[in-house]
Amino acid sequence: MAVGKSVQRVDGVAKVTGKARYADDFTMPGMRVAKYLRSTIAHGRVLTIDTSKARALPGVDGVFTYQDIPKKKFATAGHPFSMDPGHVDVADRLLLTDYVRYMGDEIAIVVADSDLTASKALSLIDVEYESFQPLVNREDILGDDVPEIHKGTGNVVKTHSFVAGGNLEEVKEECDHLIEGRYKTQIMQHCHLENHTAYAYMDDHQRIVIVSSTQIPHIARRIVAEALDMDAGLVRVVKPFIGGGFGNKQDVILEPMVAFLTKNLEGIPVRLKLDREGGMIGTRVRHPFDVKVQVGLDKDGTIKLIDFDALSNTGAYASHGHSIVSAGAAKTHYMYPRAVYSCKAKTIYGNIPSAGAMRAYGSPQMTFAIEAIMEEAARLVGMDSVEFRLKNGARPGDKSQITKKPIMTCGLLDTIRKGRELIDWKRKRKEWPKIQTGQLRRGLGIAIFSYGSGTYPVCVEPASARLILNQDGSVHLQIGATEIGQGSDTAFAQMTAETVGISFDKVHVVSAQDTDVTPFDTGAYASRQTYVTGQAVMRTAEQLKTRILDYASIITGLDVELITIADDNIVIAETPEIAVMSVRDVAVDAYYDKNRGGQITAEVSYKARNNAHVFGCTFVDLSVDIPLCKVTINEIYNVHDCGVVINPLGAEGQVHGGMAMGIGAALFEELMVDSDSGRIYNNNLLDYKVPTIMDIPDLGAAFVETHEPSHPYGAKSVGEAPVISPAPAIRNGILDATGVAVNELPMTPKSIFKYFKKAGLL
Amino acid sequence: MFDIDSYHKADTVDEAIALLSKNPDAVPIAGGTDVLVRLHGHNPDYRHLVDIHDVAELKNITMEPDGTIVIGSGVNFTDLAQSAIVSTNIPVLAEGGSSIGGPQVRNVATIGGNISNGAPSADAAPPLLVLNAHIELKGPEGFRRLPLHDFYQGPGQVDRKSGEIMTCLRIGSTDYKGWSGHYYKYAMRGAMDIATIGCAAACKIDGGRVAGIRLAFGVAGPTPLRCWRTEEKAQGSVADQTLLDLVSDSVLGDLRPRDSWRASKDFREQIITTLSERVLKEALNRNGVSIP
Amino acid sequence: MNRNISCTVNSKSMTWQIDIRMSLADVLREHGYTSVKEGCGVGECGACAVLIDDVAVDSCLYLAVWADGCNIRTTEGESKEGKLSPVQQAYLETGSVQCGFCTPGLVMASTSFVEQHKGQKVSREQIRKGLAGNLCRCTGYDGVVRAVEQCIDAEE
Repeated sequence: MAVGKSVQRVDGVAKVTGKARYADDFTMPGMRVAKYLRSTIAHGRVLTIDTSKARALPGVDGVFTYQDIPKKKFATAGHPFSMDPGHVDVADRLLLTDYVRYMGDEIAIVVADSDLTASKALSLIDVEYESFQPLVNREDILGDDVPEIHKGTGNVVKTHSFVAGGNLEEVKEECDHLIEGRYKTQIMQHCHLENHTAYAYMDDHQRIVIVSSTQIPHIARRIVAEALDMDAGLVRVVKPFIGGGFGNKQDVILEPMVAFLTKNLEGIPVRLKLDREGGMIGTRVRHPFDVKVQVGLDKDGTIKLIDFDALSNTGAYASHGHSIVSAGAAKTHYMYPRAVYSCKAKTIYGNIPSAGAMRAYGSPQMTFAIEAIMEEAARLVGMDSVEFRLKNGARPGDKSQITKKPIMTCGLLDTIRKGRELIDWKRKRKEWPKIQTGQLRRGLGIAIFSYGSGTYPVCVEPASARLILNQDGSVHLQIGATEIGQGSDTAFAQMTAETVGISFDKVHVVSAQDTDVTPFDTGAYASRQTYVTGQAVMRTAEQLKTRILDYASIITGLDVELITIADDNIVIAETPEIAVMSVRDVAVDAYYDKNRGGQITAEVSYKARNNAHVFGCTFVDLSVDIPLCKVTINEIYNVHDCGVVINPLGAEGQVHGGMAMGIGAALFEELMVDSDSGRIYNNNLLDYKVPTIMDIPDLGAAFVETHEPSHPYGAKSVGEAPVISPAPAIRNGILDATGVAVNELPMTPKSIFKYFKKAGLL
Repeated sequence: MFDIDSYHKADTVDEAIALLSKNPDAVPIAGGTDVLVRLHGHNPDYRHLVDIHDVAELKNITMEPDGTIVIGSGVNFTDLAQSAIVSTNIPVLAEGGSSIGGPQVRNVATIGGNISNGAPSADAAPPLLVLNAHIELKGPEGFRRLPLHDFYQGPGQVDRKSGEIMTCLRIGSTDYKGWSGHYYKYAMRGAMDIATIGCAAACKIDGGRVAGIRLAFGVAGPTPLRCWRTEEKAQGSVADQTLLDLVSDSVLGDLRPRDSWRASKDFREQIITTLSERVLKEALNRNGVSIP
Repeated sequence: MNRNISCTVNSKSMTWQIDIRMSLADVLREHGYTSVKEGCGVGECGACAVLIDDVAVDSCLYLAVWADGCNIRTTEGESKEGKLSPVQQAYLETGSVQCGFCTPGLVMASTSFVEQHKGQKVSREQIRKGLAGNLCRCTGYDGVVRAVEQCIDAEE
């Protein structure tokens, strides 16, 4: 049995030995280097641009400005194409621009023989700007008579609202208590260790090959074709190993540009690699949210309604734009599904870096608001924070208020009980003084979360897999789904081994995707691959198994009904310890018998038409040093219901990584913008505080397993969800320790200083 | 590739001085953790280099017969922290040095570079200030020595004349014998960070009374600063909570923290007053005076 | 601005003509040691860490000329004859590898730490301090700490 066992990653040896090759580890003779000229203002227009000196510099192959590019706007979000015209992504970007929308906007690009020549050439370009007031804060952006960042939008990307589960106003009337809060979250940056990088060259006069660090090679291919107005079949995207993405590479950022450059330079190979400073502003960030929320409840602590008014700032270009806040609202409503759930959401433009997808896609922001106000609600009715969640949290048998469909599996309450035990909540509650005094205080915090597995029914969910039986009885697995570090290749290998009946080490996963060869899958996002692609892998594995058995039946003359595959052998189904022949021998016959057979392969393309909801919680025990405004985490646990855990070692790694990112969101990270100039203060890894190993405590990950009936192995998602609940749990822990409600992220010392001062603690 | 226009390598201090004198635009590069970062940012002021990375005579830590500790400017922070002379006699400097960056940075970054780039956040500076360290420089005119606090002239500005190389830091025995010290780096992360506030304290106790207190801060003014007036006020006090209160009440008068995007002035003041008390308390503790 | 340097890389003697403007990371990558990753170029992430005379250094912030006469170790050289080093093996067993981009640098920083603390009792706090120059965005470092702990316990 391969599923459910902790196995070592299929790419582990390649990675620990440094042999795994990433996009920058491939090079071609004559490869050129491209570099962007980024704007030095945040909002305005380029009046003149003089590139003559740069063009004249020896070693420069070309300089392109907004004057030289196709005038067709395109959308960059890594979504599958939508056949519904009302659901397409906003096309608001050109390859280069003369209308500057954030400080760092791409206005020209240089191609040269080296990085240094390209940098020198950039310094020789003279630009004259007309500057407008940067619009950074919501008041400025939505003010009267302010310039439009994108013409005709009024600086609003989209608005929408919904009420699910009842009549909001009527239920409001019925509530014993109505409480309100306003919560703000920061701009974060993904900070995957590998920066965005891509290169391109041409095969002939038409075909463009792009090698890119992307989560979504098949989508990238379509978007490049759209941006350059060419047929998708002429674009080939190759994805080698990638050094993390977290959603930032679920956006098509460099690929259209490298394709454009090689196309305009007779097909020579051109590499465009962002440095950290450029990548931190010139790719994507997490949307900052400003959420007003109202909760209605009865005096016994039953939550009756949750009503949001959420504003999300998507920055200079729409990218994933409005889908973030709508997805955030939808995926979080499973936490408390018996309440009326209402959301008014608006997404606006601003002169800040573009926001896009980032791990858990709007849910962390919404959950910070929900779990903060739930803490206030619990305190209002005098209930223990854990009991309050146990009373109101999702239970098996609950239905989604939005889709009206039942939640198939829900282990939320068991995760809460498990977390309560792990942190020793009851003892600490009893022993710790109710009101703490002194400089060092301790607190307990809890927050829960819900999330999905994939995007259905909002988006199409296609996945494909191909299996080839090799001469040695091993198989090659090709999938369009992408391994980006999360361990999906390993999970797919486990599923294949399990279903075909061969050993785990006999499954070779082709980790690189090549759109010319790899079957179609939309890629790594929305925690979809184990769940969605897993359904395709299982079907492909079953098909391969059937074909192997059919052929074994021909060889052996045994009725196919009588045999099956176990431990790399064809065995009698009733007595699997009796091996008839090895799978290897079947393969050899299929390949080499002169009169029968042929290569045994299987291929399935499958669209998932289901989704499964995952649940869990964070428990934290922390100390607050009030005079130093410092929070120290003593213990922290994430407990997850992600269905059947395919690879416990891998799942634990996902949870740990998400928790660390969640702690970063809570206590450390913020991309800081000067609201007057639009300047980003901290676009580097020194000033943007990704937690170091010193800042992350020992992490506790635990699981409550349910068996999800919609998935062949009972699995649900685990990739993104771990990042969601640490920040609100920490916020609630600080409240517990100090009595101070911190309602914005991040809760850095300088931020909580202001709160402590206001509360009279300092 | 770094944007370097000229490069000369020196094997001795005298060679370095000659090269710097001949190339007035050149800056010395030792560990490179500062200069190369600036070159990465295409800073034109760092394009001419005199490389003193391998000047062996700058890499020694010695004790002179009178007890003076001499630390070569080219000593890196890992070697500094591991030196028996330093860890036995002036552990406060090891504390400062081992709070810098991360291990890889400390393996190459030099104490001379940390001081001579004039950064107000230099983690070696507050400990050296409370040790009354003196700087020795050598130039075309020969050697000169001056107190570290005089070496600092303003933000990013130090008294290093053209053609000069900082050769060593000197700490006299009367400045560490009988003294205890402590350094605390307050930063936004536990490593790989620049100090929001750095605080060093040193004290000498005689019969329960303060025979000497020294307090110095980083990022609390345009340069690392000593708290002269506070130190003077504390002189002769009984080493108890009243002393800590006196120090924390007075310390802001010696300093000039400012608002920046990294931290606001009032926040820095909060940290300064808190640290002045806590760091001094720990220094006293290390001198056998425990204040509950 | 060219000159020759001689050094040993993973026990092999090399003489390379380099441009003095190059970082050691540039030179190593150019010669095929692509385990040396660039995450920031300024010593903030540690992805390019290598050992120079057994001392961990961020090779992006180290002039290649300084490596003249030195013994350099990169992740490629740590597994011998198809056998992983104890640190590499421990990384796999503890699940400390995800995207793998920070892994070579972390493996080298860990190797240096383990070698320097042979036979010693070390706390998790010391391990953390010893690896504080390497950022990892995937794992939350939990496995990394356990991997190093496991290697040190095995040495005891």
